[in-house]
Order: sequence, then C-alpha cells, then structure tokens
Amino acid sequence: MKKPIILKGKAIVLRNDTNEPIDDIDTDMIFHNKYLHITDINEMGQYAFDNLDGWKDFAKKTEKGAILILGANFGSGSSRQQAVDCFTALGVQALIAKSYGAIYKRNAINAGMPLLLAAIIDNISDIVTGDEIEVNLETGLIKNITKKKDYQAMGMSKVQMDIYLAGNLFDYAKGM
Amino acid sequence: MGQTVIEKIFSAHSKDEVKPGNIIWLDLDVRSARDFAGASVVMNLEKYYQNEENCEDKDKTVFTFDCVVPANNLGYAENQQTIRVFAREEGIRLFDSEWGIGSHILIEEGYSIPGSTVVGTDSHLNIMGCIGAFGQGMGDQDIAFGMKAGKTWFEVPPTMKVTIEGDLKAPCSAKDLTLAVIRKLTSKGALGKAIEFEGKAIDNLSLAGRITLSSMVTEMGGIVGFVPPNDEVISYCKKRARSDFTPYYAEEDAKYIEEVIVDISDLKPLIAKPFKPDNVVEVESLEKDNIHVESAFIGSCTNGRYEDMKIAVDMLKGKQVAENTVMKIVPATRTVLGDMIKNGDIQILFNARTVVSNPGCAGCASGQIGMTGKGEVQVSTGNRNFKGKQGSGLTYLCSPETVTASAIAGKIISPENL
Repeated sequence: MKKPIILKGKAIVLRNDTNEPIDDIDTDMIFHNKYLHITDINEMGQYAFDNLDGWKDFAKKTEKGAILILGANFGSGSSRQQAVDCFTALGVQALIAKSYGAIYKRNAINAGMPLLLAAIIDNISDIVTGDEIEVNLETGLIKNITKKKDYQAMGMSKVQMDIYLAGNLFDYAKGM
Repeated sequence: MGQTVIEKIFSAHSKDEVKPGNIIWLDLDVRSARDFAGASVVMNLEKYYQNEENCEDKDKTVFTFDCVVPANNLGYAENQQTIRVFAREEGIRLFDSEWGIGSHILIEEGYSIPGSTVVGTDSHLNIMGCIGAFGQGMGDQDIAFGMKAGKTWFEVPPTMKVTIEGDLKAPCSAKDLTLAVIRKLTSKGALGKAIEFEGKAIDNLSLAGRITLSSMVTEMGGIVGFVPPNDEVISYCKKRARSDFTPYYAEEDAKYIEEVIVDISDLKPLIAKPFKPDNVVEVESLEKDNIHVESAFIGSCTNGRYEDMKIAVDMLKGKQVAENTVMKIVPATRTVLGDMIKNGDIQILFNARTVVSNPGCAGCASGQIGMTGKGEVQVSTGNRNFKGKQGSGLTYLCSPETVTASAIAGKIISPENL
C-alpha cells in the first residue's frame, strides 16, 4: 500500500492555559517512565501525555488521523521509543513542531511517523485545535482548510521520506 | 577547510562525504542496549530478523543492566530476563545487575575508546565525548537496526565551540562548571549541534570531571560534547582498550556554526531548581528560603565516579547527616564501589548515617534507592529534574559538594557556608 504524501486531519495544538505553545515537552511528560516496561504498542496510547499538565486526558480527546502542532524542543529527554509509538497507537498522523529533541526526531523518522519542522511556528499560531488541516510532507506546505490559510514548514528529507514510504527503518533496510 | 572533531570521527567511519547537513552511513564500533529498552531491542531483532544472523558483530554488541538493579518490579524483571536469555543464546556479552551504569562500564572495560563511535539506548550515551569518542543514545528500533547492520544513518551536525574562561576554584567543581554552561546555553542552546569544549579549565578537568560535563550535553540539547583527550585520558583508555585507537582533535581552520564564551572567574556553586535542568541559580540565593532537604543523592552517570564519592566521604568524616535527612550514595560502577571498600570509605559513610547501595543509575531511574513523595525535596547530583521523573517530589540538581553540605545542614546550603 502506497503511503500518502498529502495528509488531511484535525489539528490538535498543544498550548498551555495562557494559550502559549508549550516548549520543552520531555519524554516523561509524553510517556512517563512508570510505563517503560510496556512493550505492546496497543497498550501505549492510553498513557500519551498523561504526565503533562492540562493534557492528561489526551488519549480521550484525540481522534484517529489527528495532526499535532507542537512547540520547541519537543521530545527532549530520554531515548524511549514509546514516546513516539503511543501516538501511532492513537492513530496520530503527523507531528509538526518548532524543533525536536535529537533522539526523538530519529525515533519518529525510523518508525515512519511523519514529522515536520516548522521553525516559525509562531506564524501558524492561528491554527486552533479542531481546525481541518492538510499537510504536504514533500513540500512542507500546510493548508488550514477551516481558515483558508497556508503556512510553510520544511519538507521531509530524502532519508526520512524513503523510510516513511517503506514503512519503517527495517522495511527500508530490506531494499538497501 | 579543516574538520571539527565530529567530522574527523565520522570521516574515519563513513565512505560518504562528511559535511554538516549531509546524511551519511556511519559505521558503529559499539552497539549497546540496557535494561531500559533492551527488551524491545531484542523483540525487534527477533521480529525482523527471524531466520537470519541478527548481529553484524557480536564482539561489538553489549547489553548492560543499569536502570533498576536488581529489578524491583515485574516489568523490569521480565525485560531483564528477556535480554539475559537472548544474550546467553546468542553469545553476546551481558553486564548483569552487579556491574553498574552501562556507559561507564563501556569506558572502564575498553569498549569505548577515543575516536570510536558508540550507540546505545541510554539518552546520556553522548557522555562518550568525555574521552573524545562519539556517543549517541537512540531508541530501540534504531539500536536493533544498528546491531543487525553495524551501521546507521546519521545527519552530520554542525559544531559549536564553547570556550571556558577563568579557572575552576573550590568549592566549585565540574558540576558547577557544567551548570554554568547550561545556564548560558539553556535546554535548547545546542539543539541539533555537536559541541567542542575548550579552555584551560577544560584541559585541567580529570576524567571524572569530563564525564560530568559531557553527560549533561543532553540537557543542553546537544548531539554530543567533546572534550579533547589529554594524557591522563589517553593512558586510562590505553590500559583498557580492546583495540588500537586514534584520538581526534579539531583542525586549526575548522568551521564552527557558533562560538560561545562562558566566564567562570566569579563562579559560585550553582543549583538547578525543579523542574528544568536549565533553571539554574546560585545555591546561596536559596539559603534565605530555608529549604528543608529530605533526600540527598550522590551518584548517576553525571557524578558517580570515585572522585565524586570521595568528596562526600571527606566532607562527612566525623560528621553525620542531619536528623531529618536521608542521604543516598550510589557508585556508578563496581570498580568505584570496590575502591570505596578498599579505602575504608564505607565505614565513614556508615558512621555518617548514609544509605550506600549497589552500583547503577538509582536516583535518576527510580532504581535501587527509590523515589520521592509529594513535596519531598531532593538534592541530587543527577542530570534531570523533570516533573515526575524521580517520583512526585522536587529535585534540585547540584554538585556533590552542595549535596553533602545540604545533607549535613538539613537544608539547601552552599558548601562555602556550611
């Protein structure tokens, strides 16, 4: 099955109670270390963000196909793959952030989770949770269908795209 | 144009053109996994490489148990057992629960050597910068692939130079220098970059001090932070190395994306308040608040060397920890613990009414010394104080000197004012 280059879904924007994007969301806030022993991906979704103030009920709030809009240094901290897999388990389609923790970025790329960099994310601050958006993974163009507005993020790199299209790092390596 | 340290190491480990921004295939000298994520590595290997050889080179593959040792919950026990059985059946070296923190074991046992490339499931594996090696923490799929293929893709990061000006003067130690750098760079200052540290204070750092500094490059957002190996480091590694090595140094005309100067001439003991490692203030500024310390922890990959233990031992000689404070001391490795036993340090720590445990990560991984409860104040020599990381308490990060002074005083206090 060919993976889509253009994704469409509901935006979920991670902001705090003063409507600021939340920076430095670390892997313990995404997937707390008390659940580290969990290895079955189907078990992981329920714990996504359950250590992040204001977002503990994320698993209930999100929907299949959601696209997350995130702040700077998202996924800093530990190397846990679960912090990516918990989103896959919930059917999250893509992540868009100002910047990522280095290990987190690799983990997402290797798992075939589309992840985009939008360095000037402040400019897309008028996207609100619930907006219908469309993301072109190749060009990085983000369309807010609800608000009829476009934003530019960085498209995915070649290796990133190859791994995404293959499924994950292991499937990609089979074709090497 | 000259190359930076990471560019030289990568050039020696890749056929591809090494320049910042390029994605290259990188040969890996050491591929490791620990009790955290190690079981998932095994599951990935078994799932994706069922009927084929799953390790490119078993002699370059290592498992370590360091997070929760011995396992005190069923999840960890089962994960460790998965790894144990796999390692035994495949003939892969496992350093089981008695050994200590994997990254330190890799250095002590001569797997990590200057100029080498080392990956593992420990997000502080970039600690290898302390001996001039490339280290990188990765997720379980990444590591499984690395074990199978012996190489991985990597985007060559740009390098920034951090120059330390001034001398490091007691009672400040490597941790205060490290916190000074984090205060300057913040958690995002080195995001996506390699760091090269420079300056007389850096040259004068012992291996233990280099470990402290390199271990917290993760908290600066950096890929890895290199300290140029000096004679002490080279001779330490030579005694242990499993193969020959070449230390790499930056070339004169190497290109840096950014140069930052951190002046430590007037450095005072520093402390990172909850819940961010870059929430750094002078310890003295907290004294007026009379913050009662319930828990004091010395150890972790950041401050778990013998030198760190010795600071506590010397300060505690003939003294006791404050009545309502528990002090927990955890050597990084068996070798460190062995030296403490041999030198009579354990007796002093016992007399001082501290808890001394077997080696491992302990405080940072909610391991053998437990967690903090709601409202519990912990001073720690660890590297992270994120909310909920070590229980529900409040963790402050500081030097072994400040932890010990605070444990003796029963409140957060600078070692100068004990």
